[in-house]
Amino acid sequence: MSMKSLFALLLSRFTDPSIWRTASSQAEQIRSVGNGFLAAAAAMFFLVVGLTIFITVKFGRKRSGEGEPKQISGNRKLEIVMVCVPLLLVVFFFFWSMRTMSAVMPPAGHHKADVIITGHQWWWQAEYTSSGVATANEIHLPVGKSLLLKLKAADVIHDWWVPALGAKMDMIPGSDNYLWVTIEKPGVYVGTCSEFCGEQHAWMRIRVVAQTQDNFNKWLQSHSTDAAEPTDSLARAGATLFMKASCSSCHRIKGQDANGLQGPDLTHFASRKTMLSGIMANTPTNVRQWLRDPQKVKPGAHMPRFIFNRDSLNELTAYLTQLK
Amino acid sequence: MSSRSELNIPEPKHSIPGMGVSNNQGLLQWISSVDHKQIGIMYLWLSMVFLVIGGIEIMLVRMQLAVPNNHLLGPEAYNQLFTMHGTTMIFFVLTPAIFGFATYLVPLMIGANDMAFPRLNALSFWMTFFGGFLLYFSFLAGGAPDAGWFNYAPLNQYNYSSSPGINYYCSGLLLSGIGTVTASVNFIVTILKYRVKDMGLKQMPLFVWMILINSFLVLAAFPSLNAALVMVLLDRQLHAHFFNMAGGGSALLWQHLFWLFGHPEVYILILPIFGIFSEIFPVFSRKPIFGYGFVVASGMAIALLAFGVWVHHMFATGLGNTINNFFAASSLLIGVPTGVKVFNWLATMWGGSIRFSVSMLFGIAFLIEFTIGGLSGVSFAIVPIDWQLTDTYYVVAHLHYVFIGGSLFGLLSGLFYWFPKISGRVLDEKMGRWFFWLFVTGFNTTFLVQHALGAMGMARRVYTYPDLPGWGILNLISTIGGFLMAIAVGLLIYLLVRSVRTAPLASDDPWDANTLEWTTSSPPALQNFKQVIPVKSTRPYRDYKRPDDTDWSRKGGDGK
Repeated sequence: MSMKSLFALLLSRFTDPSIWRTASSQAEQIRSVGNGFLAAAAAMFFLVVGLTIFITVKFGRKRSGEGEPKQISGNRKLEIVMVCVPLLLVVFFFFWSMRTMSAVMPPAGHHKADVIITGHQWWWQAEYTSSGVATANEIHLPVGKSLLLKLKAADVIHDWWVPALGAKMDMIPGSDNYLWVTIEKPGVYVGTCSEFCGEQHAWMRIRVVAQTQDNFNKWLQSHSTDAAEPTDSLARAGATLFMKASCSSCHRIKGQDANGLQGPDLTHFASRKTMLSGIMANTPTNVRQWLRDPQKVKPGAHMPRFIFNRDSLNELTAYLTQLK
Repeated sequence: MSSRSELNIPEPKHSIPGMGVSNNQGLLQWISSVDHKQIGIMYLWLSMVFLVIGGIEIMLVRMQLAVPNNHLLGPEAYNQLFTMHGTTMIFFVLTPAIFGFATYLVPLMIGANDMAFPRLNALSFWMTFFGGFLLYFSFLAGGAPDAGWFNYAPLNQYNYSSSPGINYYCSGLLLSGIGTVTASVNFIVTILKYRVKDMGLKQMPLFVWMILINSFLVLAAFPSLNAALVMVLLDRQLHAHFFNMAGGGSALLWQHLFWLFGHPEVYILILPIFGIFSEIFPVFSRKPIFGYGFVVASGMAIALLAFGVWVHHMFATGLGNTINNFFAASSLLIGVPTGVKVFNWLATMWGGSIRFSVSMLFGIAFLIEFTIGGLSGVSFAIVPIDWQLTDTYYVVAHLHYVFIGGSLFGLLSGLFYWFPKISGRVLDEKMGRWFFWLFVTGFNTTFLVQHALGAMGMARRVYTYPDLPGWGILNLISTIGGFLMAIAVGLLIYLLVRSVRTAPLASDDPWDANTLEWTTSSPPALQNFKQVIPVKSTRPYRDYKRPDDTDWSRKGGDGK
């Protein structure tokens, strides 16, 4: 491996994901004002470091008993320059900032939100306004389209942030916030809740799956259907248990007698790659482990421990993992 | 001052202010003291004790974050620890340390024998002391506060934090806040009324100037915090609903009230440091401060602007572009008087004859570290950058470059500078250098990488994190740096305790300094001055020592 590719590899370890790996036009514009600032700040920093080193080397006391240096207590002209140069710089960046702001975050006005995202302790709820589809934590969005996200909170303040897609925005109980995003290329973009929201703030991660309009439509189509009817007897027993054991009072499964809104919508739970807002992969083993003792997997989570026996655990796991 | 005895203040008769308690009346004398020097020393020890406690808390936090998906601490313990760390370091380490130096030095620097209100002075200290005690009592009472040092609503409500921790947070900070306010009243009166006759405002040392400005900042900022704390207590205890949306309250109201205090608080913790460095750079460069008038004026400008910038903590709360632009402009503006001071100090050093004492080394390191913290601070005033980086580890890096690279370096510089005066003993410069290099290395190892972590998407206040590319290694580096800092602080405490007991005696004026505190004995007697030298410039002691080269006789200098 050449030095150059090694360096590139090392660098990529630290830039992916990051605010430099942009995937939306908004993030792109923020990156350019960010880079502009970085250049100016670096110049200022090296000026100070250079001066500090120069002064300490040049004006360090050479020998003890050296007389007092010339007593200079000011220089009006120099002081004016010292104030004016930084002042011009900040004025320049103020206007750059203002321009970027109106491009990145124009007022929502009367536009209808494409997706309503609600922060809960500690998961994300997404509702697609045109189709009524609901999902959680893994949020699918189409590329190449200017999307308006409406951001809400169900309990405390949360904050939506996917670095590759640009600005973060708080979700504040009692008021609605809006965020524009125009995703440029398909891919999976990770993000995280960025306002401290209690015990499991760390495991409130976001996965945005950006798809071409066609693929997105297909996904939306598949998710607007009712939940799959269980076919084997184990899963059928799980379904019965789900409705009976009060799971249904917190979780919704479309087409079934389960309409709870406290927890994530589970209609197409098995089609998600991760569970519990990114804490682990969505596998039967992990689902089973979670059902056995939620507080052990995600301490503080609002899912109670039900003390299921082994058969019940197997049935519920079988039911949930076939909800494609 | 002569009327003091008539006030019948129960002050110690045989006081020998030292840093230890091994004098004839022992602990009782300290507890009952109303002498500004002893109260100042108690503030400094209080700060040191809390530095160790806050440091242990954060070392546990760093150990938890050393590797991804760690299970050393659970989320509950982690959230209490980082909350207590932040609250402790700001309210019970930096604040008392600054007030300790000010309480000790302000009367000495203006030629007074004590503060204007000695008993109020003691009250201020003990309020701070018991505020800290109350805050820590929460650990025994069922759980420490766990909603972060800025304690956002509605997470601070009973529904979301039912342990009594936040009640103790409110009452502890309320007590210590009252202490801070009363101390500031005391400083204002002392500085305005008790200067020696011939010291005009233009001859005041810059440290005294900054404490004066700072005291007005405290008087204007703390009421906002105290009011907000009472409101939270009412919400939690009496079911009021200031911050409860269901009852018609507002979650954002807390943020406005808190940051209306919180941002001036940042300047409260840095303006006195500017004062300390404006004393230290001239002494160790053997030159007067460059632009005395500018330093004072920019201090005032900062104090005024400080009340118009709080929304830059809230750029991501969706207040709209118009409001955000207003506060972006004011925040960019306040960066100018703050940043330009670095050039004042560089110009002070320029052409000087610099002595590299440990105190000066911290000054030089401060210039660079504070520039990093200042520049990253300006990046938050550029709103789109703030939208990406706020509430990430980039902020954690920024605030530590300001609070450590700025405030703490200033306090350490001041400690090495004034230790001979306060204790009457020399602080070992050789071991001091070891401490300096270890601390500076540890500090930069810990926090430099956190800028990158923030830009890579790591949110702050997470008790653990997934194993994403680069995250593990950078966090491990940060933790190693934290250990270096911890070792350095251990070394400092050893150095201080040893020096207080056994170091050689210091002379009255070991640095060939400029201001009045160096004209009295080391340590000063209970009565600071029997007689004060004439004050005709900002460097009266230098004028006195060099009558043929005084500041006031020189043409064109703005020392007078």
